[in-house]
Amino acid sequence: MIRTLVFVLAVLALVIAPTVAPWLEFVLTIAIAKGFAALGVAILLRAGLISIGHAMFFAISAYGVAFFAGSGISDFGILLVLSVVVAGMAGAVVGAFLVRYRAIFFAMLNLAVSMVFYALFAKLYGITGGTDGMPVPVPHVFGLALSEPAFKNVLFYGSVALMVLVGFLVHRYLDSPLGHALSAVHTNEVRLEYLGVPVWAVLLVAYVLSAMLAGIGGAISAFAIGRVVPDFAFWTASGHLVLVAVFGGIGGVPGAFIGALFLELLHTKAAAYTDAWNLIVGATLIAVIMFLPKGLYGLFSRSEVSAQ
Amino acid sequence: MNAIIPLALDTLSSAALIFFAAVGLTLVFNVLRVLNVAHGSFYSIGAYVAASLCLFIVSRQLNPYLSFVVLLFSAVLVAVILGPLIESTLIRWTYGKSEAVQILITFGLFLILEDVQRIVFGVQSLYEDAPMRLMGSTAIGGIVYLNYQIALIAMAVLVVIGLRLLIKHTRYGRLITAVVFDREMAQSIGIDTNRIFILAFSLGVFLAALGGALAVPTSGVAPGLGADTMVLAFAVAAIGGLGQIEGAALAALIVALARVLAIYFAPSLDAVAPYAAMLIVLLVRPYGLFGSVTARRI
Repeated sequence: MIRTLVFVLAVLALVIAPTVAPWLEFVLTIAIAKGFAALGVAILLRAGLISIGHAMFFAISAYGVAFFAGSGISDFGILLVLSVVVAGMAGAVVGAFLVRYRAIFFAMLNLAVSMVFYALFAKLYGITGGTDGMPVPVPHVFGLALSEPAFKNVLFYGSVALMVLVGFLVHRYLDSPLGHALSAVHTNEVRLEYLGVPVWAVLLVAYVLSAMLAGIGGAISAFAIGRVVPDFAFWTASGHLVLVAVFGGIGGVPGAFIGALFLELLHTKAAAYTDAWNLIVGATLIAVIMFLPKGLYGLFSRSEVSAQ
Repeated sequence: MNAIIPLALDTLSSAALIFFAAVGLTLVFNVLRVLNVAHGSFYSIGAYVAASLCLFIVSRQLNPYLSFVVLLFSAVLVAVILGPLIESTLIRWTYGKSEAVQILITFGLFLILEDVQRIVFGVQSLYEDAPMRLMGSTAIGGIVYLNYQIALIAMAVLVVIGLRLLIKHTRYGRLITAVVFDREMAQSIGIDTNRIFILAFSLGVFLAALGGALAVPTSGVAPGLGADTMVLAFAVAAIGGLGQIEGAALAALIVALARVLAIYFAPSLDAVAPYAAMLIVLLVRPYGLFGSVTARRI
């Protein structure tokens, strides 16, 4: 009961925030986008698989938005769905090969594939615009041509709604037998196979899902920023996604979004005082791993337990 | 036919630099069982220190031959300061923890080191080719080669042989082999594993920093070098099989050849070549060319 109340209050605070401080709107939109991608990474972390390459699906979807918009599709919803489907299909193809691998090999193969995509985005100048990237025009929403600020409003509230909806669906997925099989893979996958559960299929479903979540994040970012660049797919971007997932703790769905919001807000605040942002994040990451193994979300749930 | 000698020389000299970037990573993984994501930063720190010192020598008009000493000295400096410090504080904490934790801790270290470099050395690119000019050039078959390129190849060969001698024929090498083979047993017969880890890690840092320092006269150093080097080192280490030094040498050749061929036939794809090579090798042999299959956990 208290959990639901806290959750509703948190979402309300998020919705109201930009009316109080309009500059927050962009920051929060990007934070939610990264939260989606981090949630995708967190799903794989449950199975003990660490992907230093998920920024590729983020980038694929973002480039998808730019391509489809360039080829004449102007509806916001259609662009979003199409590009997320493309990210999901890429995830199915890549995942079909990669979910056979574990541990360091899984991490490195994801890195290799993502760097191939990065290099292609950066080098195929004629198609992707090279390192200049591609512009993303302001799309129509339900046939209405909106001004840019109005669209950014729609995008923000749409992202919040999507976060709640998708977050709920992912929560249900993680609570299903298919989701619980993930942590079983982590603990003992041979036993799982003896029980007759196809580990390959369990992981492939998780991989495609995580690619689509990263894709939602990429599409939202593309709309919010108005430009897509190859750096979306660089390995450090993938590293940051893992970092956000870890900050949030791999426990629950809200964790990824809390981690992303915390990090983006901290970034905005810290930028006013210092430009050594990476140093702060790196040190915080190490501190969180060493002292708060459950992440920031773990901090909340622990205090909740002690309050009861 | 005439194109073959320059292509071969280009391949070998870029393979030498790529090998330096990767050999430390693979050595550290072999001994410590930690995949160090911050390895590329040691390469770029070595490059920054060497470039700053070389520029200092040139600006003070000291004996220019000092710059050769400086290249080596800066690598030693970086290894002596950063190696023991980082191993004993951060890396040691991750022994026996999951790969995810090791990758994340070293990623945090990477982020810290990137900013430290930016604060200490600034954001402009540094370049000093005094060592390369001093070594002059040689004409083979009417084509002029830089002697520095040839020296790089010789250095890489020396390092491969040197590491092999170190590991197979010295006391420390045997201690390292014992620790790699069975950490607990090595400890129980009285080997100070912590000291071996510090030594091995510092050696890895030294090799990376040396690679960075040696790259200064050819390509200089600029922000982002650490991140770029990191993925290249990953690719090479993975192709050769993590932990295999000779494997890394062969993999560096493969990657350099892929790159040179890409530049020759499809220039726009040169950046794709190393990763594509890595992908193909890993899909066929996930444990790398020389890696051994590890048993599945039950």
